[in-house]
Amino acid sequence: MAAVLESLLREEVSVAAAVRWIARSAQSSEDDPGEVAALSSLRPLRKEFVPFLLNFLREQSSRVLPQGPPTPAKAPGSSAALPGRPGGPPRGGRGARSQLFPPTESSSAAAAEAPSARGGRRRGPGPGRERGGRGPGGLEEGVGGESQPWAGGRRPRGSGSPGSPSLARCDPPNLSNLEEFPPVGSVPPGPAGTKPSRRINPTPVSEERSLSKPKTCFTSPPINCVPSSQPSVLDTSPWGHGLPPGCRSLQEEREMLRKERSKQLQQSPTPTCPTSESGSPLPSRTGNLTAEPADPARVSSRQRLELIALIYSSCIAENLVPNLFLELFFVLQLLTARRMVTTKDSDLEPTPGAPDSLESPLFQSVHDCVFFAVQVLEHQFQVLSYLDKGTLKLLAENERLLCFSPALQGRLRAAYEGSVAKVSLAMPPSAQAVSFQPETDNRANFSSDRAFHTFKKQRDVFFEVLREWEDRHEEPGWDFEKGLGSRIRAMMGQLSAACSHSHFVRLFQKQLLQMCQSPGGPGGTVLGEAPDVLSMLGADKLGRLRRLQERLVAPQSSGGPCPPPTFPGCQGFFRDFILSASSFQFNQHLMDSLSLKIRELNSLALPQPEPSDEDGESDVDWQGERRQFAMVLLSLRLLAKFLGFVAFLPYRGPEPPPTRELQDSILALRSQVPPALDVRALLQQGLRARRAVLTVPWLVEFLSLADHIVPLLDYYRSVFTVLLHLHRSLVLSKESEGEMCFLNKLLLLAVLGWLFQIPTVPEDLFFLEEGQLDALEVDTVASDHGLDGMPVVDQHLLYTCCPYIGELRKLLASWVSGSSGRSGGFVRKITPTTTTTGLGAQPPRATQGLQAQLAQAFFHNQPPSLRRTVEFVAERIGSNCVKHIKATLVADLVRQAESLLQEQLLTQGQDGGDPAQLLEILCSQLCPHGAQALTRGREFCQKKSPGAIRALLPEETPAAVLSSAENIAVGLATEKACAWLSANITALIRREVKAAVSRTLRAQGPEAAARGERRGCSRACEHHAPLPSHLISEIKDVLSLAVGPRDPEEGVSPDHLEQLLGQLGQTLQCRQFLCPPAEQHLAKCSVDLASLLVADHIPVLGPPAPRGLERGQARRLLHVLLSLWKDDFQVPVPLQLLLSPRNVGLLADTRPREWDLLLFLLRELVEKGLMGRTEIEACLGSLRDAQWPKDFSEELATLFHLFLAEPHMPEPQLRACELVQTNRGTVVAQS
Amino acid sequence: MILTKVQYDEIAQCLVSVPPTRQSLRKLKQRFPSQSQATLLSIFSQEYQKHIKRTHAKHHTSEAIESYYQRYLNGVGRNGAAPVLLELANEVDYAPSLMARIILERFLQEHEETPPSKSVINSMLRDPSQIPDGVLANQVYQCIVNDCCYGPLVDCIKHAIGHEHEVLLRDMLLEKNLSFLDEDQLRAKGYDKTPDFILQVPVVMLCPLAVEGHIIHWIESKASFGDECSHHAYLHDQFWSYWNRFGPGLVIYWYGFIQELDCNRERGILLKACFPTDIVTLCHSVPCP
Repeated sequence: MAAVLESLLREEVSVAAAVRWIARSAQSSEDDPGEVAALSSLRPLRKEFVPFLLNFLREQSSRVLPQGPPTPAKAPGSSAALPGRPGGPPRGGRGARSQLFPPTESSSAAAAEAPSARGGRRRGPGPGRERGGRGPGGLEEGVGGESQPWAGGRRPRGSGSPGSPSLARCDPPNLSNLEEFPPVGSVPPGPAGTKPSRRINPTPVSEERSLSKPKTCFTSPPINCVPSSQPSVLDTSPWGHGLPPGCRSLQEEREMLRKERSKQLQQSPTPTCPTSESGSPLPSRTGNLTAEPADPARVSSRQRLELIALIYSSCIAENLVPNLFLELFFVLQLLTARRMVTTKDSDLEPTPGAPDSLESPLFQSVHDCVFFAVQVLEHQFQVLSYLDKGTLKLLAENERLLCFSPALQGRLRAAYEGSVAKVSLAMPPSAQAVSFQPETDNRANFSSDRAFHTFKKQRDVFFEVLREWEDRHEEPGWDFEKGLGSRIRAMMGQLSAACSHSHFVRLFQKQLLQMCQSPGGPGGTVLGEAPDVLSMLGADKLGRLRRLQERLVAPQSSGGPCPPPTFPGCQGFFRDFILSASSFQFNQHLMDSLSLKIRELNSLALPQPEPSDEDGESDVDWQGERRQFAMVLLSLRLLAKFLGFVAFLPYRGPEPPPTRELQDSILALRSQVPPALDVRALLQQGLRARRAVLTVPWLVEFLSLADHIVPLLDYYRSVFTVLLHLHRSLVLSKESEGEMCFLNKLLLLAVLGWLFQIPTVPEDLFFLEEGQLDALEVDTVASDHGLDGMPVVDQHLLYTCCPYIGELRKLLASWVSGSSGRSGGFVRKITPTTTTTGLGAQPPRATQGLQAQLAQAFFHNQPPSLRRTVEFVAERIGSNCVKHIKATLVADLVRQAESLLQEQLLTQGQDGGDPAQLLEILCSQLCPHGAQALTRGREFCQKKSPGAIRALLPEETPAAVLSSAENIAVGLATEKACAWLSANITALIRREVKAAVSRTLRAQGPEAAARGERRGCSRACEHHAPLPSHLISEIKDVLSLAVGPRDPEEGVSPDHLEQLLGQLGQTLQCRQFLCPPAEQHLAKCSVDLASLLVADHIPVLGPPAPRGLERGQARRLLHVLLSLWKDDFQVPVPLQLLLSPRNVGLLADTRPREWDLLLFLLRELVEKGLMGRTEIEACLGSLRDAQWPKDFSEELATLFHLFLAEPHMPEPQLRACELVQTNRGTVVAQS
Repeated sequence: MILTKVQYDEIAQCLVSVPPTRQSLRKLKQRFPSQSQATLLSIFSQEYQKHIKRTHAKHHTSEAIESYYQRYLNGVGRNGAAPVLLELANEVDYAPSLMARIILERFLQEHEETPPSKSVINSMLRDPSQIPDGVLANQVYQCIVNDCCYGPLVDCIKHAIGHEHEVLLRDMLLEKNLSFLDEDQLRAKGYDKTPDFILQVPVVMLCPLAVEGHIIHWIESKASFGDECSHHAYLHDQFWSYWNRFGPGLVIYWYGFIQELDCNRERGILLKACFPTDIVTLCHSVPCP
């Protein structure tokens, strides 16, 4: 590999040819025969070139990048993910930042480089640490790079053996990158059995480190080179053996070179420690790691750097690197390198102009790094120009960049000023609950009452758990499982019926989408949710404060440029819920539901291209189209992530299978399990329809949660192969007809690049699959105008989907904050946000008859908003039509059914016969009327659609267009409505009539009859009458006074009694606040009151001491009561209680007994028709059965005779016999 | 009528072991003349109910029942017209109506062949004339009319008060031209949880001193005082359930509430002691501050 690079450096091979050579296996006619010859001998190494190059750069830079966030890289061949290496270092659980990358290993290869200074330092961390502390070491370090830019590793490398103290001292301490500073090319050429050990160096603590801005001070680990770490398994390639030794591996080459040089060096030893420690002073007071100024004049070997930058950039441009943004991150790290951690011998100054071998350090100073970085950035300007405004500003303001390439700075500045998009943080999720929808949530949707009520409770428990999580999940020490686990499982345990599971899953999924869809704005309509009323009210500005707060508390880092898949924010709740629920049924239902929703959204018809002439309108419309696309895309990603999570949950573990045998048996098992969702078919479909920009991002989310085995399964391997092919094909510089839009490509490159860095995706996958790529050609010509060709992705969406791109900005920002003396930026201008879009043509649709074709054609030349409007109106009017028919025609039929039923009941007696039979009779009479529905439906659509279209289309729409649109809308609406009605009207009528029948039959029951007709209060009533509750309470007080016990001074004034009865009259006449139970109690209390009056038991207040009422007063009050009973009460008054033994017994206590009031009352009752004579007789008769004192019995008998002596009025409607039987106070309706 | 926790505690303190009689209420009104009578009664009733819930079990042991019954029998044996049962209840610090129920149940057990059903007992308590024993009927009636916290009459009053306030609220909504669905309509549509009113178009309630208004989707009327115990029960059984289905809403405690309980405003459950005056509807724009 090194040979290739060397031949490039020697200019034997042109860069273009080399890149062609790397990118394609076949030779191209453009290639120079000489170059071909030079490269053909190296052919077997072709695929190893890129990893080699990347590793080479990382390695070379490792001395420069001790600080700053890491540039992770996944090396192919780091065998941790592969079986067969029992000694391989364990990989931790998912989620940990460091586990993205192959753990560093010390191996025989590393041992082979032991003579190098770095090797020595690594092995001897002790001295390094000491020097890393605050003290002279720091100074010396600060100076070294500047004063002796050529202080390469030559001499110390040659000068010592491993562990030599002089070496350790020579190599200034690398303060912070120890842990992430991996050994060079960990792959041993020797036997695979060498036990690798993870080098763990304690992180040195120094003031510099602790105070430097980026707290995560890591550097870029190199990419390991060849996947030959497992020769027995993977090294089956034909070139794995029998190659010239020099080509065998980088390590061997390097080792040989080193040996040579160390021999030279040992002959001329120099002082091990640099003497130039007194150089420029460090601003150590601030504790900041001040950057060394970079000077273009001091770049060491321009030509070589330019060449490598060109090769590197070409590899990036051709997508030969796994992750575009990772490389950009790396380049920016080089740009912002603060100082060289360097050895400071000045021997072996390279001859300028003669690019020497690779062994001479590529970056000999910060100047070199910056030069290289700027070179690469120049090549990558196009990508840079699409970055967010903040990043562009930081780049354009970077003084190093200005210094090294004013031209690039100028372009960046122009790009910044031209940049219109701004990237804002996502809106805080709204914790609104999923609303109750009667159509899907009411009793009719459940198998039983029990299931319905269980679900009711579950909904509440779910939200209770959610609220508790919201309140507490940030508390230290709070644990989801401990806090909520048992409650969740108890709730899941109640979901017995399958139907309940689907209800719950629907709720769960809706809530998930509602809470976790990150971007804000009233875009929720895509998913059928009503737009937030808050934003309609304009109250959203009130939420700004909250958003600002959100922004302030938001974590500053998303975890490096390649964070592992995580469940941020509310997503964590849903993940933990699934885990805690640990319910197989729930997971299955959830997968079904997620899959369905994914399919549905994935195939959703999304924006059609717009004719490009109407730019003003299209602009407005495109905002909506983009927003809709973004909503769908983000929903899909969320759903797919959870689908991936649940689908691979049973297989996921922190580590891959330990042995090859085990892996094989797992593979055999897994390969027969059908995938949860046929993502391959969807991917192919998406590519064919040129909707990769929609399909791939969610597919990546899905795959990112796969377990270690998944990429090895044939099915998924083929998916990865397609993705790799796609990745390779997304060359950003290609801009031709039918190409994907730039930002679309960038999004795909970003997500794919991220996927290739996921721990579970084998490191070698990216570089190994190449062979198969050639064979695979995805047919994308089928459709020229899919989503891919439309500018559906904007910067906001790119950053929302790939927040890790923001790491670039953070890196640059940390440079700014770290570098001192900076004034404000150069730009203060705020550019209003607008978007301009390119437009394509419209895809032809499947033909559906001539009219459909015509309609299609009509829409073709109209703005898509017109089509959407028409479709929308048709959809709504059609649906409203059905509702209208339900409310009018069906409701009429139901009324007819009710009256028919009433007749039936009258003719056939109360029970009316068998309800099922009744229903059949009614339906056979009524269902034929359903035919009217179609006519009426047509009328409705005809009447309603044109108005809606007119209201929704612009005023200026030409008349012909308008009337066509109206006609199409009428047609579509009618079609929709009639299709539904003709299929369902009979069933609908049946259902409604059935409900009416059971309602009527229920209402026929005895209680209903007693309810009777109720009068309301009069029209003029102003509802000022006393409240019933107040009256009951007042009467109760009187009763309690009368019954006692009472204090001597307590009593009731006659006026108060009269007033009370007056109020009772008013209340009974108003009725506004009266409910039947209250009226019943009032009736009963009034009877009790009457009995107390009759028995003279009301203690009257006033001088002298309490006494009974005047006889006349009592009579007056009884009169009032009688008239209330007769005229005002609308409930039955239990008048027979007047003659109950208890009330009559009150008389027994009074002496002398006064019977005249009772007799008066009885006569009045009969007179007013309140009670029948026979009824009273029956009551009196039964009174005689009770146990009374003898004298009382006699008086009672006298009363009986007196009453009987009255003239008799016939009352045939009263069934005396019944009254006699039920002596327990039958409530008799007032006649 | 919105009381601080401290004010509330002061009132509650005065209610310890006070029998639920007319006389007690009268004294309470004299003690706190500045508070509305309805609020005092509501607090009294709730405090007493809490007390009864705490001591309920000890009155229902078979020994206790037996001893009460014997004391009742002895009492009426001496004088059937004396308020035996009422005095017994006050003496053992139990609600008269509930004491009446215990004795009635015990009486029926002795005199009927089958143990009395709950509905029979309830019916006899509603109408003591049905009680076969005249003396007991009078005793029971006396207990019921003298109990101001329990019993069928009190239940009816409470129900009536609740109903009246719902009607009041409905009138206010109509007057404000706010269209709504009431409980019955919601039930007919198959809603599983039904607040008193769901607004068909939500409104924003502005609060003095607060920057933001509060969205209201539903209104629940509570004709009682909102103390901690009842409020938490309502939150669990009703308010959060409404929130879970319909979003944020308003609870009106017509007889006031403890101020500190109004802590879920941001979450979407707002407490008021009357119908809010500062309401912004959708058709009007939000006034600029």
